[in-house]
Amino acid sequence: MDHRSEDLGFLWDHVWLSAVPVIIGLVIALPLGWLARRYTWTYPPLMSITGLLYTIPSIALFVIVPPLFGLKSLDPLQVPIALTVYSVALLVRVVADGLASVPDEVTQAATAIGFGRMRRLVSVELPIAVPVIAAGLRVATVSNVSLVAVAGTIGMDNLGRLFDQGVQLSTPTAYYPPIVLGIVLCVLLALAFDVLIVLGNRLLTPWRRAVISQ
Amino acid sequence: MIRFESVTKRYPDGTVAVDALSLEAPSHQITVLVGPSGCGKTTSLRMINRMIEPTSGRIWIDDRDTATVSPPELRRGIGYVIQHAGLFPHRTIVDNVATVPYLLGQDKRAARKKALELIERVGLPAHFAKRYPAQLSGGQQQRVGVARALAADPLIMLMDEPFSAVDPVVRAELQDEFLRLQAEVGKTIVFVTHDIDEAIKLGDHVAVLRVGGKLAQLATPAELLADPADDFVAGFVGRDRGYRALGFETVSDLPLSPEPTVALGSPLADASRVAQDGWILVVDDSGAPQGWLSVGNGAAPPPDTDQVLPELLHRGGTVAALGGSYRAALDAALSSPTGRGVISDESGRFAGTVTATQVVSLIDARQAATR
Repeated sequence: MDHRSEDLGFLWDHVWLSAVPVIIGLVIALPLGWLARRYTWTYPPLMSITGLLYTIPSIALFVIVPPLFGLKSLDPLQVPIALTVYSVALLVRVVADGLASVPDEVTQAATAIGFGRMRRLVSVELPIAVPVIAAGLRVATVSNVSLVAVAGTIGMDNLGRLFDQGVQLSTPTAYYPPIVLGIVLCVLLALAFDVLIVLGNRLLTPWRRAVISQ
Repeated sequence: MIRFESVTKRYPDGTVAVDALSLEAPSHQITVLVGPSGCGKTTSLRMINRMIEPTSGRIWIDDRDTATVSPPELRRGIGYVIQHAGLFPHRTIVDNVATVPYLLGQDKRAARKKALELIERVGLPAHFAKRYPAQLSGGQQQRVGVARALAADPLIMLMDEPFSAVDPVVRAELQDEFLRLQAEVGKTIVFVTHDIDEAIKLGDHVAVLRVGGKLAQLATPAELLADPADDFVAGFVGRDRGYRALGFETVSDLPLSPEPTVALGSPLADASRVAQDGWILVVDDSGAPQGWLSVGNGAAPPPDTDQVLPELLHRGGTVAALGGSYRAALDAALSSPTGRGVISDESGRFAGTVTATQVVSLIDARQAATR
């Protein structure tokens, strides 16, 4: 098989495996983060649980996901599910802290002029929390790009396979090209995601760049 | 009309924030709740729009028990202004002002048009509309807060220490404009402050609350100064009560004396010639008094000018308006270097002078008449 098209295939797999779990993770983390903020007694346990989840080694998580979720080994959902767990673990705190960054007098004013709780969350609190959440998304996405590569070593198609190939081709003498290509593509991919999130943040928060211009 | 009917707020830990408060805030007037920290004034205010629920008692708005209205619906009909304005940092000024009309589902274009009018009405230039709150000073933000509270044209406005986070000069400006605005819109306003001077300046009625949420006195500012209900109120209202009370009585029959004047820019020699006692009153082109100029009597002659320039004038004297208060007239006399207080007419032109003795004898005569 043509190397270039194989590598491009790996790259594409890597892209969606990195991005989709963060998006799903954010969707799950939003209500959890809101809960941690709304009922403050839930904050410490939620942070402990998500913190512990993040400490599970990725390779172990990839292996135990199929039995836990009733999937067969090497199911295409195996890696996304595991990575979603990590994303949730990172983002619950980010969402809670983002909501906490909304000034008190702003939420009070919103309540006082007649926002319902849901409407206040959607049109006041979340927009103001965007910078904090975006910063968290950058961390989650970049960390996902590197975790996806680990899944390559258990045989899932993505840029991690290049490292696997590199290792196999390195006997008896070292052969670096696939490994270097894998590293370069991973770094470029992480950089591209980072730029996208920064741009998205800028687009969503024109008010943060507004400065006094008399 | 807003009516508190034996309203009590007791917290689970037993603290009583408001204790059997009964009072009425009349329609189209400003009722100020004032008192030291812990007197329950903010709690009382927040019970009106159900940000805080009373433990017992009822609050009526006209003939509607507020407990029977859903909080968001109730709040959209009540303007609310808080200390740091609480503007939405992510929305432009015009969108901040139009928030409540948007919430009420009103047509966006009409809401924006109304918001633009309000922005100008509270004294901000129209081009501020597209700015974000961070681009405005504290005083300007507070004006936007007032505009936002007025946007849906509520009958009632609640104001929680709206002017206390700005410097004294801006605060006085905001207070004056607030009174001017209220003269136009005539809302039913409940205003919370810890500053008795602000209460006396702004209130049609002032409710003094004591720690523990008990009403100590509800009265007009003049009554409060003239006849405090007890030692607590007297102490809280503070010193100089007799003098401050003079600020509420307007005087119509000031015996004005003529005074020679010179215009800014006249030759100094002219000024010296017409001066009576070493002092000459200087006015501008429109005849508005600018200040006293000392001529002769040992004052050092100005180095390199032979004209009456603004920087040569004595600036200490205040100017009282014809038809103003006894306090203003007396202050004009007391602050004048000549002992003759400067009085101006409706259009700001110099009208005549009055001495402290003359003002005091008017006060004497008035008090004798009411004894």
